[in-house]
Amino acid sequence: MTSTPTHADGGAPQGEPRRTALDAVHRALGATMTDFAGWDMPLRYGSERDEHHAVRDRAGLFDLSHMGEITVSGPQAAELLDYALVGNLAAVRPGRARYTMICDERGGILDDLIVYRLADDAYMVVANAANAQVVLDALVERQAGFDAAVRDDREAYALLAVQGPEAAGVLKSVTDADLDGLRYYAGLPGTVAGREALIARTGYTGEDGFELFVAPADAVAVWEALTAAGEGAGLVPCGLSCRDTLRLEAGMPLYGHELSRDTTPFDAGLGRTVKFEKTSNEGRFVGREALEAAAERAATAPPRKLVGLVAEGRRVPRAGYPVVAATGGADGDATGGATDARVVGEVTSGAPSPTLGKPVAMAYVDAAYAEPGTAGVAVDIRGSHEPYEVVALPFYQRAK
Amino acid sequence: MSNPQQLSYSKEHEWLSAAEDGVSTVGITAHAADALGDVVFVQLPEVGAQVTADDTCGELESTKSVSDLYSPVTGEVTETNEDVVNDPSLVNSAPFEGGWLFKVRVAGEPEGLMSADEYAAFTAGN
Repeated sequence: MTSTPTHADGGAPQGEPRRTALDAVHRALGATMTDFAGWDMPLRYGSERDEHHAVRDRAGLFDLSHMGEITVSGPQAAELLDYALVGNLAAVRPGRARYTMICDERGGILDDLIVYRLADDAYMVVANAANAQVVLDALVERQAGFDAAVRDDREAYALLAVQGPEAAGVLKSVTDADLDGLRYYAGLPGTVAGREALIARTGYTGEDGFELFVAPADAVAVWEALTAAGEGAGLVPCGLSCRDTLRLEAGMPLYGHELSRDTTPFDAGLGRTVKFEKTSNEGRFVGREALEAAAERAATAPPRKLVGLVAEGRRVPRAGYPVVAATGGADGDATGGATDARVVGEVTSGAPSPTLGKPVAMAYVDAAYAEPGTAGVAVDIRGSHEPYEVVALPFYQRAK
Repeated sequence: MSNPQQLSYSKEHEWLSAAEDGVSTVGITAHAADALGDVVFVQLPEVGAQVTADDTCGELESTKSVSDLYSPVTGEVTETNEDVVNDPSLVNSAPFEGGWLFKVRVAGEPEGLMSADEYAAFTAGN
């Protein structure tokens, strides 16, 4: 067999991969490791499908220490972030968090971020591992003229996530924090297993869950306490493989797949993250003019739209595969030969969905083919046109 | 998982059983199945198709990757494992048994295959 990995590794590694504070734990658990954005990370411990189902049905424990933390603090921290990012960060109350983006002057996405407001004058920006240096450099560059400091805190934190319907119950037994009072996209300082932690109700799985920022020296103790606390609830260690299928089912974008420098938030269907009405800096922010044009284009004549695709067959679409449509009219059959179909889009992420039991994909398609139920759409899977149904995202939404 | 002594092994991580009445069974090794992760789709050659040693004859898809299936031997396909088509997870749970892929009427002697011990040494470095 010759295996062709179809999952982007998150960026080109250089030299020896970095290891997280939990590296020895992963090896003792027999994890299959993978290089992700220069980090040696657990891909899976056993079956990635079992890990996926554990998070949907019970609870899973992740090491996400590759994520990049950057602290922005000072009297004008809010003004700096309002200028540097697309969101209205001044409007975020201390203890709350926002999903937002950092763009370049052309409106292209440099990264998607979660920003936690720690205090009136302090925020923590969490960037993707592959983009953390880009984000740090951009924030430092954009800091000029603001009374605020940008600090690289990548070495200051390990990040653990406990996700799934049982996550709150598991965490509750080892923390002093008031989890019932902690809303989705909120974070507060507390202790877990007696160790200081920033406890946030955030995640990337489509389930209830928590992300725990702890000192690297405390990571093993916190991991072990959560493992012990979760034993009765069916908590299992989970790798990046199931994290990818979980976020895909939840319709959450992944940088390098749905998001890139050539994509604006509006192109990605995430225009809601761009706040033109913010008031600090007289409304100036990096990328504003380009994003206003992108908003106009998205509202009037969008070139392509991000959609969901669900397979009728069992072959799996992968990132980069063409989306095709029959050219012989609305009732045309796109299956079979390649001659009577034209390319109308491209798959950005695809995987077998453990929850749906069939392959799913996210894809950018021409607006004319973006309506759910559009007939005659197929994915060109290595030369064979497999019929796919266009659906609205997400593929999966948990019962509230 | 240990590699059964009675099988032969290819560099592309397929196994081949000794021929009985001229017919051998083909599968992928436990090492390969572990590397793939959960197999979700298996495409096998048709019964009656000619397969050629070291040529692709099908594919296996897992959560993360798609892999070509190579035939370790030249011959005619006599049977395919419909159980594994319907439940590809058999490749992971029983790669040397219920997860076999196809049977082939072998033409000539297989060449360039490894013993179980040679294959264990071959994969030790991977």
